[in-house]
Amino acid sequence: MEKLLELDNLHVSFQTYGGEVKAVRGVSLSLDKGESLAIVGESGSGKSVTSKAVMRLLPNKIGSIKEGAIRFQGKDLAKATEREMEKIRGAEISMIFQDPMTSLNPTMTIGKQIMEGLRKHQNMSKSEAKERSINLLKLVGIPNPELRVDEYPHQFSGGMRQRVVIAIALACNPKVLIADEPTTALDVTIQAQILDLMRDLQDKTGTAIILITHDLGVVANLAQRVAVMYGGMIVETGTVDEIFYKPKHPYTWGLLASMPKLNSDSKELLAIPGTPPDLMNPPKGCPFAARCPYAMEVCLEHMPEATNVSSSHKAACWLLDERAPKVEPPEAAVVGGAR
Amino acid sequence: MAVVEREKLLEVKNLKKYFPAGKKGVLQAVDDVSFDIYKGETLGLVGESGCGKSTTGRTIIRLYDATDGEVTYEGEDVHGRKSRSELKKFNRKMQMIFQDPYASLNPRMTVKDIIAEGIDIHGLAKTKKDRDNRVYELLETVGLNREHANRYPHEFSGGQRQRIGIARALAVDPDFIIADEPISALDVSIQAQVVNLMMELQKERGLTYLFIAHDLSMVKHISDRVGVMYLGNIVELTTSDELYEEPLHPYTQALLSAIPVPDPELERSRERIILEGDVPSPINPPSGCRFRTRCPHAMDVCAAVKPKWQEAREGHWVACHLYDEEAVKQNN
Ligand SMILES: Nc1ncnc2c1ncn2[C@@H]1O[C@H](COP(=O)(O)OP(=O)(O)OP(=O)(O)O)[C@@H](O)[C@H]1O
Ligand SMILES: Nc1ncnc2c1ncn2[C@@H]1O[C@H](COP(=O)(O)OP(=O)(O)O)[C@@H](O)[C@H]1O
Ligand code: SF4
Ligand code: SF4
Ligand SMILES: [Mg+2]
Ligand SMILES: [Mg+2]
Repeated sequence: MEKLLELDNLHVSFQTYGGEVKAVRGVSLSLDKGESLAIVGESGSGKSVTSKAVMRLLPNKIGSIKEGAIRFQGKDLAKATEREMEKIRGAEISMIFQDPMTSLNPTMTIGKQIMEGLRKHQNMSKSEAKERSINLLKLVGIPNPELRVDEYPHQFSGGMRQRVVIAIALACNPKVLIADEPTTALDVTIQAQILDLMRDLQDKTGTAIILITHDLGVVANLAQRVAVMYGGMIVETGTVDEIFYKPKHPYTWGLLASMPKLNSDSKELLAIPGTPPDLMNPPKGCPFAARCPYAMEVCLEHMPEATNVSSSHKAACWLLDERAPKVEPPEAAVVGGAR
Repeated sequence: MAVVEREKLLEVKNLKKYFPAGKKGVLQAVDDVSFDIYKGETLGLVGESGCGKSTTGRTIIRLYDATDGEVTYEGEDVHGRKSRSELKKFNRKMQMIFQDPYASLNPRMTVKDIIAEGIDIHGLAKTKKDRDNRVYELLETVGLNREHANRYPHEFSGGQRQRIGIARALAVDPDFIIADEPISALDVSIQAQVVNLMMELQKERGLTYLFIAHDLSMVKHISDRVGVMYLGNIVELTTSDELYEEPLHPYTQALLSAIPVPDPELERSRERIILEGDVPSPINPPSGCRFRTRCPHAMDVCAAVKPKWQEAREGHWVACHLYDEEAVKQNN
């Protein structure tokens, strides 16, 4: 089957005073119709840059795609013109950001902001667009949508604003929704509402979701597939069950082990020592080598290739090489006790 | 758990902190909160944004003057009139670590001077060499090294800055530390480093912590007991195991069920209590029980009468009419 979206060996760099920051270094990913894929990893690992590259929203002048392709329905977005992208953004692929306040225009009514995209991409009349806006607000669970459609963002709470942002993103029935930390700025009870909403909407609309987050709980809740990023690269991908129950990469182990589990009383968390690599001078070999308890000589010199673990599961680690010693994940990384 | 004679370090009684808000309005950030902290324990304080966790911590340490209520430390009133020297003594015993490791360190000071601030104020070092040595020792205690002493905060990562904040707090050899979201701004893998460090230091130095956070799983991990706040009130307080196994208050139950856990199979099978709506404003909070506008169990009495803060079981405190026979009777 043809993939809906396919990133092939994507490289993105920023030119800064200090030199070139190699933020994304050879990312390959694919997304099927209607599926939800989570990208996890710590801050600075390249999650947002990857998604901004797909939207072609990298900061002009300093940020650029150095290499690779972004195939969307047969078209390479890496080579698309700004005009072509304008037709795609908000219509075919839309994006929601972490902070619901900054992504809304404070001087425009909620209704106007939803209608903007509808008018632009779907040639709707004013009254049609307004009606659709009210329906969208209803869809995302805003009470009294007929009245609230004429209010301004500051009259909405944080959770309601994020609902509005979601309504705007879904207005034109996009095929892909990229959600960059959509619940990070929200409280847990509001986060639960929004996750519930996103799952529900995905069932109803069939939109594929790329969910960017650092919260493994959110991943377990919403994602079908997971890509783990570290130092600008994808170090492991698999189904959500493969990543949580049969992780193969030491960084994934570290992530799982450093989270406290509500249902366990182990007294010490297994912290990952050290800090992430400097992407101005990325290491020659495995990006995780400086913090990896299993690092071998080969890891420092040579980049590990992505190796198939199953047809849906890949990891880039020298431990998967047949010459490497057999290593078991640490106890603290085992999710779900008895499994 | 063995029953040990526990010594109270800090007692908070009916603490209130109101802020002026607009014309004649008052914002009841903390309203009538009471709890004790025992020597050597970690008391966790959780709740959603704006519920009054930081204000509670800041009022205890006297960064804010209390509107009403009492805080006693080893039996002595913290908030009564105090001479300068008495205040200084308290300041040395209680220290605070802040949420934002970027904003809480003065960017123009070297790490050495930041850490030594308390040492200077309290005259704890006799010579310059003594001062340096103390700083070096503190840096090593928190997992940094002496080469870091002459650098500036911007040269450090978030986790390293939080270590500097911890070293600064430890410099005056305090007994009690209020940590206000010390790990919220950090990445998961770095959070674990800082939490492990804090737990080690507690063991070595017999520290007592008030640990404020909104991440319930981390709070459970680090705390002996946990208090849950909602809109300026503490609604439940008990040991962390009991809180997670048998939450009594409907808000605690909803909060626990809202946290997504990193276990996909569990997530697929879990029933969630999804609360409707948002937290109301603390300027005109709901009458009676403040949670009633979102509570799935709200009764008529909940709007009329403020629930009592009572010990529903030994060591398990809750403020909810469901656990008050009289109130339930009154309702029927
Ligand atoms: N200096 C102040 N002046 C006026 N209002 C304040 C002040 N500090 C806090 N508040 C208000 O008091 C309430 C409680 O705030 P507080 O900072 O204690 O919340 P919190 O529980 O620490 O929240 P968070 O999780 O967001 O840190 C909020 O409504 C807040 O807006
Ligand atoms: N506008 C920019 N200029 C320079 N460097 C940037 C810019 N945006 C991001 N970067 C760098 O790119 C890397 C990846 O960033 P990002 O994708 O935002 O990480 P995250 O995984 O947290 O979303 C980081 O090293 C970051 O500092
Ligand atoms: S390739 Fe080597 S350094 Fe990298 S994660 Fe695997 S074992 Fe560790
Ligand atoms: S007192 Fe009433 S409204 Fe408040 S938590 Fe209990 S049942 Fe709910
Ligand atoms: Mg990001
Ligand atoms: Mg706070």
